[in-house]
This record gives sequence, structure tokens and C-alpha cells, in this order.
Amino acid sequence: MKAQHTSKSAAKLPSDAAQVLTIIKYFFLDYFRSRRFFVLLLITIAVGLLITGVVGYYRPQSFLSSDLAFLSNFWGEWVSFVIVLSAVFFGGDAISSEFQNKTGYFLVGNPIRRSTIYIGKYIAALLGSIIILLVFTAITVGNSTYYFGFGVPYEFFESFLFSIVYIISVMGLAFLFSSLFKSNSVAIIVTVILMLFVFSLIETLVANLVVTEPWFVLTYGSEIIRNILISPYPPAHTSSAHGVPFSIATYNASVPEGLIIMLAYFVVSFIAGLTIFERKEFT
Amino acid sequence: MADMAEPSVQAIDLTKRYGQFTALSKLNLKIEGSKCVGFLGPNGAGKTTTLKIFTDMIRPSEGKALINGIDVHRQKKKALENCGALIETPEIYPSLTAKEALIMIAEIKGIPRKKREREAESALSRVKMRAWADKTVGKFSKGMKQRINVAAALLGDPEVILLDEPTSGLDPRGMSEVRDIIKNLKRENKLIFLSSHLLNEVSEICDEVAMINHGKLLAYGKIEDIVKKFSKESTNIVEVSFSRPLANSVLHKIRGINGVSKVERSGQTDLNINVKGGIPGQEKLLSRLVSMKCGVIGFKPASSALEETYLNLFKEVT
Ligand SMILES: Nc1ncnc2c1ncn2[C@@H]1O[C@H](COP(=O)(O)OP(=O)(O)OP(=O)(O)O)[C@@H](O)[C@H]1O
Ligand SMILES: [Mg+2]
Repeated sequence: MKAQHTSKSAAKLPSDAAQVLTIIKYFFLDYFRSRRFFVLLLITIAVGLLITGVVGYYRPQSFLSSDLAFLSNFWGEWVSFVIVLSAVFFGGDAISSEFQNKTGYFLVGNPIRRSTIYIGKYIAALLGSIIILLVFTAITVGNSTYYFGFGVPYEFFESFLFSIVYIISVMGLAFLFSSLFKSNSVAIIVTVILMLFVFSLIETLVANLVVTEPWFVLTYGSEIIRNILISPYPPAHTSSAHGVPFSIATYNASVPEGLIIMLAYFVVSFIAGLTIFERKEFT
Repeated sequence: MADMAEPSVQAIDLTKRYGQFTALSKLNLKIEGSKCVGFLGPNGAGKTTTLKIFTDMIRPSEGKALINGIDVHRQKKKALENCGALIETPEIYPSLTAKEALIMIAEIKGIPRKKREREAESALSRVKMRAWADKTVGKFSKGMKQRINVAAALLGDPEVILLDEPTSGLDPRGMSEVRDIIKNLKRENKLIFLSSHLLNEVSEICDEVAMINHGKLLAYGKIEDIVKKFSKESTNIVEVSFSRPLANSVLHKIRGINGVSKVERSGQTDLNINVKGGIPGQEKLLSRLVSMKCGVIGFKPASSALEETYLNLFKEVT
């Protein structure tokens, strides 16, 4: 006799949102405990202390003329580096590793959408990066307090918010590449090269050879992080040095432009990365 | 009837192509009810490919894969709601402890908060990894990880269980422990679909087998039927277990039964008996043994019968 089967209702599947929270929780834990997080933290602290040391020793006028000047040279100049580095550390192989390291086999065969995994991992990586950003912020504010006393100008809060937007978009891009490539190292290298070299190269070339605003370059948009700390805000376009073969042109995105560029990069890369991950096969 | 439906796994014209190469070709297979089905076939036959489609790790080029009647690719979350799967040898997030990794899966599967920890712990005990609960998985050996993978697949007491060579990488004790786990699951109205190369494992724990080669299904049915259909010899080997050790006189009597050509001891209380006459011959042998009141408690065609069939079948085709 065959036992009659009745559908079990004991375990009810959690909503997608609840599953996203689960993924965030465990991946954040996984990131937080990884050696990678520790290394990134050390690099960030080392960079912070290095600038602190150099400024303290040489006391450059460019830093010490005003609190805004200090922040634009300290924070404005270096925070992008910290952000790109954390996006690479946390996002560079976030999706490719699921394939290359076969960890995806542990997760994907469960009743959970792939988009849930992608979104959860993205948010976990973002939280990890924000911790690193906060460490760098603390070092910056500590220095500023030492030279200029308590309280930072409100432009710094704006700059901090812009840097969060920048992380959001760089992380989206890192996730896109990690979703595009199955190899961890390729995904990481492409992200690094793009963020550190290609974008700034394109930006310079476009501005100087084509003499157009490089509005399609992410790092161009991100310059508002520093520009907001410059008083007065730099002009949209300047060109100088007419004698030489090329005129040296500089463009500056306005705050809304910068935000739109960064958010557009986030939206496009996030959707593209997610779509690729949804269709990618675990072969 | 809908909510009284039996668990089922069904492939409809399931086809998978990699470029020009067809890894799976119009596979049609319907497994229904509480039973354990072995999935057999040589290397590269398409077993893993099939199971990956059933967990939406890869997409079919054509056809459909249904679990409990729900299309896995279209409605993955719903289709896998009551399914536990272990495909190949997954790696586990290295900084998580064994228990954390299992609790994560328990959360995903919707095990209530209060029960998660307890279920994760009992799953760990089940695979004899309780002592390692709070160690990070990164340093585990291959077999230890595979034990955690088995535990993860069984979390939440799923009614459909898909296993792709679950004992791969396990030590002999681990293999037999996992076999016992699966045998116990069979008592709980589960549908277990398991690929394996270990024919003794399959004939010990499975009721039915599906045989596949070059992406095509060659046979599906009860082990006895398949053995009968594809074995050339009319002699079958039957493994018989008794509740007590047998006296030589009893052995002598068994040798005398009609159709029995050979009787061998395979343990204190076990015999291997060669018997002619196919299934009817085996039936007669069993009723004779029972009537002898010598304490028969187990009777099944030996693994070597399946092995014989396997070798015949795959020789004929290739
Ligand atoms: N990504 C891929 N690209 C091309 N061919 C593939 C790919 N993945 C699998 N195959 C082919 O599909 C066929 C079926 O492979 P599959 O892994 O399903 O075999 P299997 O029955 O699980 O074998 P094994 O017993 O060795 O595990 C093989 O011939 C394999 O070469
Ligand atoms: Mg396989």
C-alpha cells in the first residue's frame, strides 16, 4: 500500500525581501571575517596615517590655509582611492567567485531567486565598504579637528554623501564585471584597470582632444566629491594655454550633473549585471 | 486531489545543447510517489546535466523540467520549495562555521527562527559533524564539506530530494552512513532521485533505476524488471539475510531447492544464492525459504545482478 502524500505546510517560504536580509546577514559576516576585510582595513589606515604624517611633518600651506582647503586635499583627493579599492575588494569577484569557487552550488539549488542573491550580496558588499569609508572619515575628521578644532563645514557632509553615492555606483560596476566574467582574477583586473586608468585617460582625452564635456565618464561625475569642498565651486569649463598645440581644457560637473552621472552608472550596471547573472549557467 | 498529489519529478522532452554538442536529448521521465530512484550511466552520460536543469543551475535548450508539477525554470522558488538538492561537490563560504552555513540555508528554506538552530544541530549530528559545528568551513577536508552538503540538502525535511553522487569524496564509513540516512528517508514518504556510479549502493537503497547514455534515456523501471529485461543469463544472484546463524544442515537443504545452482556464505547471517528461472524462480525460492522457517529477514537481488545488467546495457549501446 502506498502511503498517501499530503503537502506539508509546516515550512512556509520567506518573502524575497526576507531572503535578501538573510543573504545580507551571512555575506556581511563572511566579508567581515575574511582576511580581505582585514587587509583593506590596514591599507585604509596606512593611507590615512601616511597623509597624516606627511601633512604633520611638512605642514603644506595648501592644506593648512583653511578647513575647506584641508578637507579638499585630504579627503577630496584620497577618498576615491579608498572607495575604488573597497569596491574591488568586496565586489570585484563577488559573483564570479560563485562560479569559479563553486560556492554557488551551495546556494543556487535552494528555493531562492538569483536576483535575491545578487541584491543581497551587493548590499552586504556595500555595507563592508561603508565601514571602510567610515574609518577613513574618522581619520580625516580627526586630523581636521587637530588643526582647526571641532566641527567640520557642512560641505563636508555633502561630500560624504556624494562619496556614498560614488560607492553605490562603483560597486554596481564591480558587480557587473564580476557577473560578466567567470574568472575572479579577470573580473578584478578589469575593474581595477577601468577605475584607475581607463576612465581618467578617456576623461583627459575627451576634454582635450575632442574638447567636449566627458559626461559619460563615471570618474568625471565623481569629482563633485572634491569640488564641493572648493570655494567657490569650480567653473563648468575653462581652457587655457593658447600657445601650445593643444589647449588644456578642464570641465567640472555641477552637483546635479555629478549625481546623475553616478546614479545612471549605478542603474545601468546594476540592471546589466543582474540580467547577466540571471542567465548565466553553472556549467 | 491537488494537495494530495504525490511528490513528482518530471522531464518533458528535456534537451540540452552546448553549441553543436547535445548533452541531453529529448529526455522523457516521470517519477512519482515515495520511492528512491537511482540514476545510472557512464561518465558524460548527462546525469549531472539533468539534475542541474532540475535545480535551475542551467537552462534547458528545449523541453521542461517539473518538480511537483511546477516548471523549475519559470517558477524556481515555488518549484524548489519542497526540494533539497546536492549537485556535484559544492564549496561552502569559507569564513562561515558549519552551523552558520546550515542556519543560512535553513533561513532561506523558511524554517521558523525557533527551530533553525535545533535543526541545524540535528542535521550536523546526522552526518556526524556535530563536533565541528563551530569551526569555519574553510579548513574542512573535501569529505567533511560533502557531509555538510548532505546535511544542507536534507534541511527542512524536503519531500523531493535530488542527489548527484552524494557519497563522492566520503570515506567508507561516511558512504555507509549516508546510505543509512537515505534508507531512513525512504520510510518518510520521500521521493529521492540519486545519481551514482556505485551499483551496490544503488541496488541497496533504490527501488527503481533510470539508465541514461549519450543524453538519452535507455531504461526506467523497477530494479528487478530492468535486471530481468536486460540480463542475458537466466541465473540471478540473490542476497538473503537471516535472523540467526545458519547450521550447515540448513545450508545443505537450501542447496537442494529446485533451481538453486550455488549457495555461498557472505557473512555470519547472510547468503548469496544463485537461482535460475528469473523472477518466478526467485519467488519460488523465497516462499521455500520462508516455509523452512529458518529465519529469513531479507531477500533481494544482488548488486552484481545490477552490475551485470549495467555492463550489458552499456556495452550494447556504445
Ligand atoms: N559547459 C559545457 N560545455 C560543453 N559540454 C559540456 C558542458 N558541460 C557538460 N558538457 C558535456 O555534457 C555531457 C554530459 O555531462 P554530465 O556532467 O551531465 O555527465 P555525467 O553523466 O554527470 O557524468 P559523470 O558520471 O562523469 O559525472 C558530457 O559529455 C560533457 O562533456
Ligand atoms: Mg556528473
